[in-house]
Amino acid sequence: MTDTTEPTALLTAIDLTARDARVRKRHRAELRFRGYGIFSIGVAVAALLWLFTSLAVGGAGAVYTTYIKIDVHLDQTVIDPDATGDAAVFAKASYQSLIRSGLRNHFPGVTGRRDQRALNGLVTLAAPYLLRDIVLDDPALIGTKTGIWILASDEADLIARGKGTKRSTKSRNDGQAAWIAELRSQDRVERRFNWQFFTGGDSREPELAGILVAMIGSVLSLLVCFAVAFPVGVLAAVYLQEFARRTWITTLFEVNINNLAAVPSIIFGLLGLYIFLNVLHLPRSAPLVGGLVLALMTLPTIIIASRAALQSVPESIRDGALAVGASRVQAIFHHVVPIALPGMMTGTILGMARALGETAPLLMIGMVAFIVDVPKSILDPATALPVQIFLWADSPERAFVDKTSAAILVLLGFMVLMNAGAVLIRNRFEVRL
Amino acid sequence: MSMTENTATSLNAAAANSAPTQGGALLSARDIEVAYSGKVALSGVSLDILPNQVTALIGPSGCGKSTFLRCLNRMNDVIPGAKVSGEIMFDGHDILGADIDVVSLRRRVGMVFQKPNPFPKSIYDNIAYGPKIHGLAPNRDALDVIVRDSLERAGLWGEVHDRLKSPGTSLSGGQQQRLCIARAIAVKPDLILMDEPCSSLDPIATARIEELIDELRERYTIIIVTHSMQQAARVSQKTAFFYLGELVETGETDDIFTRPADKRTQAYITGRVG
Ligand SMILES: Nc1ncnc2c1ncn2[C@@H]1O[C@H](COP(=O)(O)OP(=O)(O)O)[C@@H](O)[C@H]1O
Ligand SMILES: [Mg+2]
Repeated sequence: MTDTTEPTALLTAIDLTARDARVRKRHRAELRFRGYGIFSIGVAVAALLWLFTSLAVGGAGAVYTTYIKIDVHLDQTVIDPDATGDAAVFAKASYQSLIRSGLRNHFPGVTGRRDQRALNGLVTLAAPYLLRDIVLDDPALIGTKTGIWILASDEADLIARGKGTKRSTKSRNDGQAAWIAELRSQDRVERRFNWQFFTGGDSREPELAGILVAMIGSVLSLLVCFAVAFPVGVLAAVYLQEFARRTWITTLFEVNINNLAAVPSIIFGLLGLYIFLNVLHLPRSAPLVGGLVLALMTLPTIIIASRAALQSVPESIRDGALAVGASRVQAIFHHVVPIALPGMMTGTILGMARALGETAPLLMIGMVAFIVDVPKSILDPATALPVQIFLWADSPERAFVDKTSAAILVLLGFMVLMNAGAVLIRNRFEVRL
Repeated sequence: MSMTENTATSLNAAAANSAPTQGGALLSARDIEVAYSGKVALSGVSLDILPNQVTALIGPSGCGKSTFLRCLNRMNDVIPGAKVSGEIMFDGHDILGADIDVVSLRRRVGMVFQKPNPFPKSIYDNIAYGPKIHGLAPNRDALDVIVRDSLERAGLWGEVHDRLKSPGTSLSGGQQQRLCIARAIAVKPDLILMDEPCSSLDPIATARIEELIDELRERYTIIIVTHSMQQAARVSQKTAFFYLGELVETGETDDIFTRPADKRTQAYITGRVG
């Protein structure tokens, strides 16, 4: 009978090991898809690797710098002719001449103004001040002839690393290369960790330029940004999400907050320029103003993230609190907000990580200045990491290229830290429901 | 002194001696009508709730049982577009009145929900939260006593006394629901509303809660919404049958299940509707 044979016939019709055209085609399609996926990831990873290796190579050039050992005669008649032993007298002496004669003693054959200028250019322009500090530290050196390690100029540093300097003429370059080679043969050239880069402000001389002012400026700006944007953003989100009645006005607010999140940052910069500088007369170039502008810019992001975090808190939590007699405000602030807080923090940190990289709004409020002194408060002029990168990338000296790479690495390091912080907060404080 | 404060204090003062209102009823609802954004979900419901009894609300899904329950502690206030009219007398006040302080009302009318919803805090804090915000415990020791008392009455103390600091959400479903009952008890209510409290629990946990409801009847008045006829028969003394937004029939549970007056009730309890 048919009704008994049919099921068996059906079963045998499907061969589980068949590799017919249709099966092969399906397998090929799956393989192809995997191929595309791996290729795309490969492209992304390669691009990242390329970025990081080129940054790391450049950055290393800024993090290490060259020192040259020169025998300097710390002539008493120059430093302290009247043998006062007074530090104030030492401080006023002409150390420049001491260094120059030291250099001349190493290379007595160098004559002619141009060559001598090239020779003097081996050490940093700040060499006299460095030498003065050494003498002030140890006055016993006065009258002796000592080998002193002096910071090399950016040109000398590049040559010592076997790189050409764009701004030099070829003959100057060749001369300096020969001198450095000779100094090196006498073990008078050394690469050292460049503390100056992490402890100094900006400088026209690349070998002296540091990133500290920009780092502090960025940190202070972000603190101001957080202090303003987080409470305001969270309260706005709580009000909109939990208390406001749904009317066309709240809808209008919502749409506009979403629009604001997409407004180019330079517009916020202009707004800040007008409100904070022109109307409120806050100080230019100050982290206070930078932070306020970044706060304006981050606020929509924080509101959106916080509302999403509040929305994801189940209604049953609110019901539970209300049912034991909590008022609406108590239910929200005792139960809903604590649960939503990790999400709010994560959104805020990600918004601030974006603010950290913003250049345009800071340019508008003058945080683009050349600043040597480390800011001591949010009212002192400062610059910020992305702006520092912009400034150095724009400088003609070849040595600033390396500084730029190092500054980018520092900026990326900050961003990685903040994003890691966001992940940490999410994992650590997320409430299990 | 404002109207709200006035009412609040009198509601609180009367908490100790829950004086029954009309004809010995703890609560009496008259002509309740509820509309959600103009759509009527419940109409013409009048029901008396007697003290120290369990009243079961039964009826098919969507007939308005939860809606009615939420009128009794004004949880409908939270729902945008919900409009409640009628009169619910409780302790000499119409609790639907504008002068009622809902916080005081909810202290005296507790609620347990369909899905256990402990706060994502410790077991201790789950119970202690209500007493704390209502100032029921003058010090830490008094609070400890309330927590222990509530957990004991909810039959949970033995299972959790050595881990009061662990999160309430780490308990099993049945334990979580008993924790929610303990949380409701902790603020010393007169009336406890339970909206299908066992619908997400397994049969053993359900049996445990049913026993508990029977024990709680000594001190509290309970209204329970249930989908299970057997449960209604087991735990309740009074039953009210809702159908399509109306209260069809109410009476002694035994009568409703053996001699229903309305044929819609009969159809429902014999399994032909719903
Ligand atoms: N929040 C709400 N908004 C709009 N309509 C609702 C809401 N809650 C309940 N309803 C409607 O009211 C009616 C009764 O619902 P409900 O009281 O939940 O029924 P039950 O608890 O008996 O299943 C249903 O038609 C439902 O769709
Ligand atoms: Mg229901």
